[in-house]
Amino acid sequence: MGWGLIRLYAIAVYAFMFLPVAVVVLLSFNANQFGSFPMTGLSLRWFEALWNNDAVMRAFRTSLVLGLMTAVISTTLGVLASLALVRYDVPGKNLITTALIAPILVPEVVLAVALLLFLNWLGIGKSFALLLAGHVIFTLPFVILVVQARLVSIRRDVEEAALSLGASPVQTFFSVTLPLLMPAVAAGALFAFTISFDDITGTLFWKPGGVETVPTQIFSMLRNSISPEINALGTVMILLTVGLPLLGAAIARSLSTKRGR
Amino acid sequence: MAAVTLSNIVKRFGTFTAVQKMSLDIPEGSFCTLLGPSGCGKTTTLRMVAGLLDPTEGDISINGRRVNDIPIHKRNLGIVFQNYALFPHRTVAQNVGFGLKYRPVDRAEAQRRVMQALELVQLPHLADRYPSELSGGQQQRIALARAVVVEPDVLLLDEPLSALDANLREDMRVELKNIQKRLGVTSIFVTHDQSEALAMSDQIIVMSEGRVEQVGPPEEVYNTPASEFVARFLGAANILEARVTDRQGDELALDVPGFARVVIPRARAPKLGDASAAKLVIRAEKLKLMPADSRDDTAIMIPAQVEAVDYQGQAARYFLRVGDHALQAINMIDVAPFAAGDSVILRLLPRDCAALPVT
Repeated sequence: MGWGLIRLYAIAVYAFMFLPVAVVVLLSFNANQFGSFPMTGLSLRWFEALWNNDAVMRAFRTSLVLGLMTAVISTTLGVLASLALVRYDVPGKNLITTALIAPILVPEVVLAVALLLFLNWLGIGKSFALLLAGHVIFTLPFVILVVQARLVSIRRDVEEAALSLGASPVQTFFSVTLPLLMPAVAAGALFAFTISFDDITGTLFWKPGGVETVPTQIFSMLRNSISPEINALGTVMILLTVGLPLLGAAIARSLSTKRGR
Repeated sequence: MAAVTLSNIVKRFGTFTAVQKMSLDIPEGSFCTLLGPSGCGKTTTLRMVAGLLDPTEGDISINGRRVNDIPIHKRNLGIVFQNYALFPHRTVAQNVGFGLKYRPVDRAEAQRRVMQALELVQLPHLADRYPSELSGGQQQRIALARAVVVEPDVLLLDEPLSALDANLREDMRVELKNIQKRLGVTSIFVTHDQSEALAMSDQIIVMSEGRVEQVGPPEEVYNTPASEFVARFLGAANILEARVTDRQGDELALDVPGFARVVIPRARAPKLGDASAAKLVIRAEKLKLMPADSRDDTAIMIPAQVEAVDYQGQAARYFLRVGDHALQAINMIDVAPFAAGDSVILRLLPRDCAALPVT
């Protein structure tokens, strides 16, 4: 009896969380010209309209480039920062760690305005580079948290063994540390990409005029009308931001089972 | 020629001095053990030879070349770590072949040497496995193979047996020693386990609080300890306050009030000099318990009381009392051990005693 109630409750929670998403996905296949119920038939016409919508496609490309660049830069910086913080005695280690993690704790609006004001003060205008910098700043903490956790679990003596066998510190990093760190690096990169791809608050503040990312594009489309294209775009977004990490996790798992770990 | 020479090595961590003015010669091809309790500086010393730590003062040379400023990856060493430190993302063969990638060795030659090293540790059939699929003992053998395949100038062993369980440890210790002998590679072994040190070493370097207490072959270190610390650290020893009552020729007469008068060879008290006070060292296994009515004119016979017995199977450890002195004895059990409360006679041969200066 008790368990039945708990089960029911759990189902209700999940329904509350996922039904709206399901509705969006469902309606994106609706043949009707209004993006709402009742459904009049299945169709891919809104995906096709999306494909032919230049503004959306441009926004999509912007988001993709922004997300990928954010992922690459954030991951590189994050791995380097983690290495320094975990493997070396940096003065003020705790302070630096806190400062690097802080962007998660500070409300995004505050961070967005702060960066904007700071660059205004320096006399630097809005640009794609600024947008990218903003995204790097608030994806970096995720990368650092994931990579640091993994790096702590990589024993120092494995690296020392490589050094003793004649590998230089750089060769040791690429032949031992990085391969062992790879799951965390991949996870960090995926985090950075999906967070950047999803972000709207900071992006609204930082984007230069005329540049739209997918979320800001949806936002501006919604201001005019609720087009069924938005449902289709939503479905694509869900696919990307949910599918990519799942895919990544699956690859990581199959890699590690192959090595029997 | 000494393969490894330490001269006046000092290592400080902040205000803490881990190694104090240490000088040492490790002969070519020998198996030398740094032995001491944790925190005595043995691992710090090993890591300085390896190049993982820089000495604060002093010089380290390997094969006559000063290596202070040579980074670890250019020192041509082999290191075996306590926790194996195999590369988990590489197969056994790739692990063993790792060091050869950084040396001018062509592929066929590398492959041949990897197999040779795996045969040396008797695990050629595991070449394609990953380390996580191996037992602890197998992993440590692979680690050994990986370290020796590069033909290092020095093999450094950092408590390589400590992570293994007891039975395996004794097998591995014989095997490790055999392999070292066969290859003739100069080896420095770090351990806190005195039985490992005694069983494997050509030379034992006993360390305490960053200082070398004694250097010598196992038998010498065991039988003629140079300090009270060494006497206590290697096996169980009884150390009694004594007075030097007579010196004649090669012999030295010591009187332990309330215990016995013992005449020992001078060779067993090399550090004593002309001092009139001394400490008499008697190894626990050299005190032989006999029934209370025993007689033997060739030995010193001392009546004692058994206070407690620690039964260990093939041997027993006895806690004894002779007047004011509390003593320990470890004897093989013949038929049945003595029991607590028994009156016994302790049989002691003077040549089994050693004397130390009072410090």
